[in-house]
Amino acid sequence: MKAPVAILLAALATTIVLAQQPPQRFGIGRPATDAEIKAEDIDIGPDGAGLPAGKGSAAEGATVYAAKCAQCHGKTGKEGPNDVLVGRGAFPSGADTTSRRTIGNYWPYATTVFDYIRRAMPSPAPGTLKDDEVYALAAFLLAENEIIPRDAVLDAATLRKVVMPARDKFVADSRNEKRKKQ
Amino acid sequence: MALQSAAMKKISRRAVLATAAGAVAFGGKMRAQEPAGLNPAKRPGRAPRAVGERSTFEKAQRQVRGPTSSGTPHQDLMGTITPSELHFERHHGGVPDVDPKTYSLLIHGMVERPMVFTLADLKRFPSVSRICFLECSGNLNRTAGPETTPQQLAGLTSQSEWTGVALGTLLREAGARPQAKWFLAEGQDAAMLTRSIPIDKAFDDALLAYGQNGEAIRPEQGYPVRLLLPGWEGNANVKWLRRIELSDRPFMTREETSKYTDPLANGTARMFSFIMDARSLITYPTYPVSVGKGWIEIGGIAWSGNGKITRVDVSTDEGKTWTAARLQEPVLSKAHTRFRHLFNWTGAETVIMSRAADESGYVQPTRAEVIKFRGLGTTGYHLNPITGWRIKTDGSVVYREEAWA
Repeated sequence: MKAPVAILLAALATTIVLAQQPPQRFGIGRPATDAEIKAEDIDIGPDGAGLPAGKGSAAEGATVYAAKCAQCHGKTGKEGPNDVLVGRGAFPSGADTTSRRTIGNYWPYATTVFDYIRRAMPSPAPGTLKDDEVYALAAFLLAENEIIPRDAVLDAATLRKVVMPARDKFVADSRNEKRKKQ
Repeated sequence: MALQSAAMKKISRRAVLATAAGAVAFGGKMRAQEPAGLNPAKRPGRAPRAVGERSTFEKAQRQVRGPTSSGTPHQDLMGTITPSELHFERHHGGVPDVDPKTYSLLIHGMVERPMVFTLADLKRFPSVSRICFLECSGNLNRTAGPETTPQQLAGLTSQSEWTGVALGTLLREAGARPQAKWFLAEGQDAAMLTRSIPIDKAFDDALLAYGQNGEAIRPEQGYPVRLLLPGWEGNANVKWLRRIELSDRPFMTREETSKYTDPLANGTARMFSFIMDARSLITYPTYPVSVGKGWIEIGGIAWSGNGKITRVDVSTDEGKTWTAARLQEPVLSKAHTRFRHLFNWTGAETVIMSRAADESGYVQPTRAEVIKFRGLGTTGYHLNPITGWRIKTDGSVVYREEAWA
């Protein structure tokens, strides 16, 4: 019996692989279609990438705001009870204990206003606003924050050019770089 | 506040019951003299059941803090794994019900092959399990008064064993392009929450998790699939994940600009501060328990998003002297680590404190050190100060209050 066992062991030894190397690809999943991607790719980049067709004025935005936003954010965007949206106090850094964070003094990109309103607002019915309404609301909120003129109309070309007051106030996280130096 | 006081009443009643039970044990009847109706050995037990439940005597529960979060009852837990039903919650648009049969994940952007994966597809890929903590970056109650439990102070950290597919595996499947430096993760909750994540994390230790503590992850934790970024702030671990888009720059979403940024004392604000720094939390003895003179095992948890906890020091004299606590092995990277320290209490009033250190060399700061860098006007994100608990002469224990404004 010894010989066959030895042969079997030898055969096994030649086929044992100590660590498997995974394949680069598994062939699982299916290709996404262009239509699927177009339907789901709703994000707006800080450079304006993804901004849709359409436009809206601050005046139109005031009407939408009164109907769909004021109940949570207050008549002028300052009263709450939810996030305060309007106000141009000093940049609310850690050194400032009085200034409240608003779109006007803390949001670094105007494109984020469009992206967030379109995807998540109004909170009782998120994602139901038309693109024109979102442009109008962005125009209204930026005008109330004295960042664009009250008669401004926003569309993809104009929104991407808006420079926010807080744009250069943010710094990268340097905590781990500091640790490496220690 | 009404919710908090309701929770406190429950805790107080439980403490009273525990005291009453102790009195019976010391001065009451012998075990064999218990009435037959109370003696489980004198009647047949319950039949098997398809899904078990904890003992009806156990009442630990999350503390619901309004519509968007609930906290883990650290004072009631043992070991390091948080029962899934007690894992903290934080959401921005409520908890959605996602059907696993129709679930799919889209990966696109700077990839060679935009792909769609069903849940079954994701489970066919090689799987990975790891234990790690998950902590909301806003996990310090800065207005806590003396009558504050560990749950109320810092209930927004929990720990699970997570199982899923390495995100790197999926990005190789889709063919991430070299110029892709960031990816956007998007949820399918009412907020369609989005965060931009550096792509290096995807190829380091990021998971798409579908398992939590041996079963499917709970709806509150992102059922059926969530992004898991070990050691990084909870908000970036996008739940109910529906889409990943690769890009050469961050997307500057609302969460990573107007919300999860950290104003600093120097007039700026820190952005993309993902790592949760080392921290420790004493969980016993803490409010609302009372202690007697003699030996007390001080215990708690310590954790770091920068790797393993290497040391936890405990002070029983309000920070004048410190002694290294015992760490429960195994100590895992980016994981809650239990520490224990024996204290022979003489009955004199004192404050007990804990201080964690991690393998990066970082030592948990004091409140004064945090404020020096962040400023009193900062937000509640990434605050990890040393905290303390005062033992009064009557044995009652309260949180040592600290002013943050």
